[in-house]
Amino acid sequence: MGERIITFAEALNEALDIMMAKDEKVIVMGEDVGVYGGVFGVTKGLIEKYGPERVRDTPIAESGFIGAGVGAAAMGYRPVVELMFIDFLGVAFDQIYNQAAKIRYMFGGRAKIPMVLRTVAGAGFSAAAQHSQSLHSIFIHVPGLKVVMPSTPYDAKGLLIASIKDDDPVIFIEHKGLYGTKGPVPKDEYEVPLGVADVKRRGKDVTVVATAAMVHKSLAVAERLSREGIDVEVIDPRTLKPIDADMILSSIRKTGRLVVVDEGYPRCSFATDIAAMAASMAFKSLRAPVKLVTPPDTPVPFSPALEEKWIPSEADIEKAIRSTMEDK
Amino acid sequence: MSREEIPREKLLWMYETMVRIRKSEEEASRHFAQGKIPGFVHLYAGEEAVAVGAMANLRDDDVITSTHRGHGHFIAKGGSLKEMWAELYGKRTGVCKGKGGSMHIADLRKGELGANGIVGGGIPHAVGAGLAFKLSKSDRVAVAFFGDGASNQQNFHEGLNLASIWKLPVIFICENNQYQISLHYSKQQAIRSVAERGSAYGVPGVEVDGQDVLAVYEVVREAVDRARRGEGPTLIEAKTYRYLGHFEGDPQVYRKREEVEWWKKNKDPIELFKRRLLDMGIAKEEELRDIDSRVEREVQDAVRFAEESPYPNPEELYEDVFSTPTRGVLVWKWGSEVRSHG
Ligand SMILES: Cc1ncc(C[n+]2csc(CCOP(=O)(O)OP(=O)(O)O)c2C)c(N)n1
Repeated sequence: MGERIITFAEALNEALDIMMAKDEKVIVMGEDVGVYGGVFGVTKGLIEKYGPERVRDTPIAESGFIGAGVGAAAMGYRPVVELMFIDFLGVAFDQIYNQAAKIRYMFGGRAKIPMVLRTVAGAGFSAAAQHSQSLHSIFIHVPGLKVVMPSTPYDAKGLLIASIKDDDPVIFIEHKGLYGTKGPVPKDEYEVPLGVADVKRRGKDVTVVATAAMVHKSLAVAERLSREGIDVEVIDPRTLKPIDADMILSSIRKTGRLVVVDEGYPRCSFATDIAAMAASMAFKSLRAPVKLVTPPDTPVPFSPALEEKWIPSEADIEKAIRSTMEDK
Repeated sequence: MSREEIPREKLLWMYETMVRIRKSEEEASRHFAQGKIPGFVHLYAGEEAVAVGAMANLRDDDVITSTHRGHGHFIAKGGSLKEMWAELYGKRTGVCKGKGGSMHIADLRKGELGANGIVGGGIPHAVGAGLAFKLSKSDRVAVAFFGDGASNQQNFHEGLNLASIWKLPVIFICENNQYQISLHYSKQQAIRSVAERGSAYGVPGVEVDGQDVLAVYEVVREAVDRARRGEGPTLIEAKTYRYLGHFEGDPQVYRKREEVEWWKKNKDPIELFKRRLLDMGIAKEEELRDIDSRVEREVQDAVRFAEESPYPNPEELYEDVFSTPTRGVLVWKWGSEVRSHG
């Protein structure tokens, strides 16, 4: 296997390729996924290999083709449907939260929807308020969905393979700032199990739970602080639902301090959810108030001058970690 | 009314406005390539006759909704070129104060109810504007611009149906530039034209050569008259072509260079109209050249204005979330709550 270094986008492409080669029930559909290879290049080359029947370019009809994904999944296919930007979820939301998420439950368990909805989140590109959001919390809120958000190429490939094999609807969220990032990825098929978090850095003083691009910022801050003797543990949940509560709670019990770093809007969010979990299940271990680092409760502005202020920065993360350290 | 009856100043306005859009878009393409314009930029070059032919029928108090490819609509509706350029740069002097950028160029003061980053998103807004005009017994009209791709989207179908059953003064103008990013329109719909889709909703559908500004002018005029008379919506499909990629930076793997060149050579809306103006004796070469160079200077001024304008201040991030101040914290930033100011 060795240390093969590829990009996050290539890792995802490989996962799709492996699964399409292996299982003819795996189909891909979405806008510009064919000849174009997806606007972020994730589906590149698949149409040449598997043909336009299995790699389907769709019209701009999100409710239609996501709903069609649900129907095909109910018939035993494993559709991987691409929603070009998570922000477009609104035009198809019923098919996701009322249909895909609930069919199994409402049918008394006599149906399953093995569909993966791949989509793109994240700010930092001056793509403005309708193309920059991190809306994962909305999906976490809905029973019946699994929500995955990888931060490294290795996790991206393994999680996507696991998601395609999974029998439930999985919302697979890719941060657009990560596509070009590189890391070691085995060539062969492997799975990163859903619902299992990963300790991206071991530490004993503060637990930082961070997602997607924020994992990398948190790691950079942790490295800097380690030189001052502050030892930060960075946990990447990887799957936001179901959440690996055991790993997160045991880390909090060890360190007694928690900082949650996430790019979603602040209220009723992934960050508040983890804070509530800590408060209700590890209160006695906490030696300091939980700190949350998120953007403010405003839409994402276009101007680079404002967007830079909007996105949680390494300075914001550092400040939060330092302030939890003040409580002895 | 035959073409000769269009007043001379309107014809010259059409020419000038098309040139203004073209030069501004070409400049935008250059500045994007130089890394000066952030974000996604979708340019309108090649499609100028549609915006201009349509807008030549509208009054200031009529309203349009636009798309992610909205610069041309904005300019033709009378938006400020300087403010548009400042917005492209993300400056505080921008028409949206740097909050919107290229995909959200809008100015309600000019009846521009919004470009939209969501395909089809603006179509129902035009329907709602039409509803407002009908309820207030005004003779204003609303025009929704959208692409061929958008005609597959639910908002198009629902919007057309609503406007039809309620007989609203709405004109739906599909700019069929033949591609939905990479997918040719023949692969996104089973019928020959978008205009045919009107029949499913009892809305008359009209096809027009979108490279011929006078042809567009005439079909839109009929539709606007119909709407002002209270006879309801019309669906117009203008066949057109975009010269540049879907967005700046698009490798355009889905179409051949020769195809683009063919359109530029044979169907350029500005060249065609220019020849027409000369043939009709409306204007002389040098007069048109004067217009060209005046517009050129105007575009350069707008670019300079954008470049020299300041970026927004950090506090402006929190402005305009809500318009009504209330009790409670409206803009929450952990650790430093920010009181909202409307
Ligand atoms: C709801 C939604 N789906 C997808 C997109 C991504 N997208 C932006 S423009 C575009 C193509 C639009 O094609 P068309 O309506 O023909 O307009 P054109 O770009 O050709 O002017 C797509 C798919 C989007 N912005 N919104």
